[in-house]
Amino acid sequence: MILTVNHVTTYDYDAPMGTAVQSLRLFPSRFDGQRTIDWSVAVEGGVKGGSFRDGAGDRVEGWSIRPPVEAVTITVTGQVETFDTSGVLRGHRELVHPMAYLRETVATWIDDALQELGESAIEGASDMLDRAHRLSAAVAEAIAYKPGVTHTHTTAAEALAQGEGVCQDHAHALVAAARAVDMPARYVSGYLFATEDGAPHEAAHAWAEIWVEGIGWIGFDPANECCPDERYIRLGSGLDAREAAPIRGITQGAGEERLDVTVALEQLQQ
Amino acid sequence: MTEYFNEMFDGGKVRQPYGGLDGWMRDMPAELRAMKQAEAEALFRRIGITFAVYGEGGDPDRLIPFDMFPRVFTQTEWRKLERGIKQRARALNAFLLDVYGRGEIVRAGRIPARLVYQNEAYERAVSGFIPPRGIYSHIVGIDLVRTGPDQFYVLEDNCRTPSGVSYMLENREIMMRMFPQLFRENRIEPVDGYPDALRRTLASVAPAKCDREPTIAILTPGHFNSAYYEHSFLADLMGVELVEGADLFCEGGFCWMRTTEGPKKLDVIYRRIDDAFIDPLCFRPDSMLGVPGLMDVYRSGGVTICSAPGAGVADDKAIYTFVPEMVRFYLGEEPLLENVPTWQCAKPDDLKYVLDHLPELVVKEVHGSGGYGMLVGPKATKEQIETFRIKIKENPVNYIAQPTLALSTTPTFVEEGVAPRHVDLRPYCLVGEKVELVPGGLTRVALTEGSLVVNSSQGGGVKDTWVLAE
Amino acid sequence: MLSRTAENLFWIARYMERAETMARLLEVGARIALTPSAGHGYRSEWESLLQASGTAEGFAEKYGDPVQRNIESYLFFDRDNPSSVISCIERARENARIVRTAITGQVWDTLNTAFQEIRQIERQPRSEWETTELCEWVARQSAMMRGAMDATMLRNDGFFFMNLGYALERADNTARLIDVKYFVLLPSVEMVGTGFDNYQWQVLLRALQSYRAFHWAYGGDITASKIVDFLILNPASPRSLMSAMRKALHHLENIARFYGDEGATGPVQLRARGLVRELDQTQVTEIFDEGLHEFLTRFIGDIGDLAGMVQRNYLSGDAR
Repeated sequence: MILTVNHVTTYDYDAPMGTAVQSLRLFPSRFDGQRTIDWSVAVEGGVKGGSFRDGAGDRVEGWSIRPPVEAVTITVTGQVETFDTSGVLRGHRELVHPMAYLRETVATWIDDALQELGESAIEGASDMLDRAHRLSAAVAEAIAYKPGVTHTHTTAAEALAQGEGVCQDHAHALVAAARAVDMPARYVSGYLFATEDGAPHEAAHAWAEIWVEGIGWIGFDPANECCPDERYIRLGSGLDAREAAPIRGITQGAGEERLDVTVALEQLQQ
Repeated sequence: MTEYFNEMFDGGKVRQPYGGLDGWMRDMPAELRAMKQAEAEALFRRIGITFAVYGEGGDPDRLIPFDMFPRVFTQTEWRKLERGIKQRARALNAFLLDVYGRGEIVRAGRIPARLVYQNEAYERAVSGFIPPRGIYSHIVGIDLVRTGPDQFYVLEDNCRTPSGVSYMLENREIMMRMFPQLFRENRIEPVDGYPDALRRTLASVAPAKCDREPTIAILTPGHFNSAYYEHSFLADLMGVELVEGADLFCEGGFCWMRTTEGPKKLDVIYRRIDDAFIDPLCFRPDSMLGVPGLMDVYRSGGVTICSAPGAGVADDKAIYTFVPEMVRFYLGEEPLLENVPTWQCAKPDDLKYVLDHLPELVVKEVHGSGGYGMLVGPKATKEQIETFRIKIKENPVNYIAQPTLALSTTPTFVEEGVAPRHVDLRPYCLVGEKVELVPGGLTRVALTEGSLVVNSSQGGGVKDTWVLAE
Repeated sequence: MLSRTAENLFWIARYMERAETMARLLEVGARIALTPSAGHGYRSEWESLLQASGTAEGFAEKYGDPVQRNIESYLFFDRDNPSSVISCIERARENARIVRTAITGQVWDTLNTAFQEIRQIERQPRSEWETTELCEWVARQSAMMRGAMDATMLRNDGFFFMNLGYALERADNTARLIDVKYFVLLPSVEMVGTGFDNYQWQVLLRALQSYRAFHWAYGGDITASKIVDFLILNPASPRSLMSAMRKALHHLENIARFYGDEGATGPVQLRARGLVRELDQTQVTEIFDEGLHEFLTRFIGDIGDLAGMVQRNYLSGDAR
């Protein structure tokens, strides 16, 4: 499948701000499931800084904007050819040891309920892969998709207690539940092309990856109860949503920030 | 009753290195000593070398007590130590480069993966990065204790930003000013080459992109920090700027200093702030101390940070046990310096042993420092031991235990005259183009009679440390 | 030089000068208080001192009525008053500690000693010190500081920024001190030119330690216009606005040249030159025509602007 991406993020400020600095993870991962045909990231009025590929295989690019800053606009456009690898992150070069993904964070704090969810999910599982699937299914069942009931700072535990949430909450909960049963897991951010079946999810998407000994990292999307396939574009990963955020930025000043995001994914007809 | 090794007196005889001090000590009248002591204190106060204890409040201008009685090593003793320290500093750096790379030592099963990768100090943000010359820890402080004429143990390694070197330098300055004749009579190796050696070391790890004489700066948390004096002292002696986070900004893949003439590109940062405060974009978003975007600049080779973020994974008390293993694995050598035998309370067998032998052991928190959160069994009350027993049982992973070492003593000036007091030693090893060590270090002394805790926060003092020339 | 370092140096000087001004204000007050007052008591005079020092609000909040003893404590020893002598000296010393390596040992010693001494003085019973003694102590510290700077510091940008700080603070402070007269005389304009009025001018001159200098320069009777000329326009008077502004310009030019701008044509230099030229062309009569208070208020504003430009161009580090 060839997908075209148009992704524009704008931060507006109600007062002129000081310097803005950004760290972007807005580049498609390199693995067997996707091939970048064309890709560009631009920050309006910004100065491009250093770029590098980190230990987890993500390409990172630094940007800064000189003061006074009234708005920051980041425009991503590109074309990616995708393939279904049944969620397996094959051919992805990375150095970080899976065990580094057992660490808890504030957003993925394991409370009793998450511990319980993890333990009961893997009961009777035939092998590690089966465990991973069962964990994903358990999270999908425990948290119903409902936009607007959670926010960016909602933790996995809170979302589980509430029983409702969006893809970020699903991913956090799955990451936490997997770690609760000692399976390394991480948060992944990317795009999802919503097909005609009308799945109501936003094009900017998030899911989880679980380390399965013998196979490697495998993606699981509890929000859609599947493993990522050719409809998914993977950008970057981290211990939680904050770490895996495609855009991390700091703008100096006291002004109020307003965020506006539009993402459009289209399939190129061949 | 434990026998303690006295570095000066062997029975009634004066050991060779202290030969030059016996007469000096005996000939000094009490009034002169008191006068000199007051003079030393006035000098310290005048240069402004002070020390604030974390969380204690009180007088921010408190001095660390300075004991005028020097601690002395022979050239032979020192050479042996020097070889061992350099070996250890090399191994620790090889370890860091490895665990942020392919992790061969873990793959080889020589160190448990969990200990490394689940370690709080392991920093994924630097994984896959090879800093200039492959060095992560450029200043390695190795804390040593002595229990006999030839018996030294490493107590702990400090791979992040070991402090105290300004005391090593100032103690010497003050001693030379007050007792010049001692330096004429004894041939003592100088330590004043340290600032130059440090500057050379830092310059030697400038990024490849730097094509001129590198610009170096020391990054301090600010003048409220207890070690601010040291930061400013070192910056001055090296002739480099002392900067705070707000003095720096990142643009175009480089780090810049704000100067009265506009931005000036910075190549090497000797940071004296913790990892968590280096870059709010990467680590703690609430940090006011750091420089937004600095990690991206660092990782793309625009600036070198010394020591590298994440270097702390090598000096963790749980990793410490494996340093001799690192020496064998990376250098193919036998370790020249010994570790203190250590029980990991995380291991059930060790835990049992520790709980059964608390009154004989020293128990430390894995992540603690500065002598806080520590139990010295033989000096503790029954109550303190029981309190600790509960703490250990609650969270065994957090504790390690070591036998109570019979720390050597050196003569020290006290109220009644001269008396033996326990000491340790922290030499500072520089790792850059070369691995260097100035002949000396910081000797810390437990001023309270019988005390084995030398930390300045717990009533410790400092001494000038001599290495005699051939 | 690091912008923050320049800023610290600049402020060491400003705080030291401010400490001296506070002490001088106190002295003015103490002397005025010894004068038999015509009808309105001590009260309004002390009030006017607080107004002139810009600390009236803070004082009122803490103490209410202006009583001499409280005012003395507030202006001298009170850490809640950011402009008190002790606050200024502590801040000057703290700024110096931060940039310890950018100043000489002698300059540091002077500041550090002043700091240690004032802490001792603070602990002694107030009755042991006459206000005049305290004020003299401050003036002495300030003089030693300038002496140490002059005798030991390298003539580089750091030295120039310190001197610039001194000059701008002095210009501002002298203007405020003269302004005290405005507040003092406000309730009784009809007294202008009377013996009482002249007595107050004398007190002001004495507080500025310019009494004798004034007589050497002018001789004859003390008149308002002579004094205004002396304290504002006369370049021979060391505390006049003219002297201070010329000194500020001189060091701004030094800074420009030090950084390779031989003609010293930067925006800050141009502004400073403009201010000096304006003073040059001003006549005493024009000042009285405009109104002394109005003239001083405008001048204080101009100095504030100039200091703001120094901040933006050199001390903030945002200039490119």
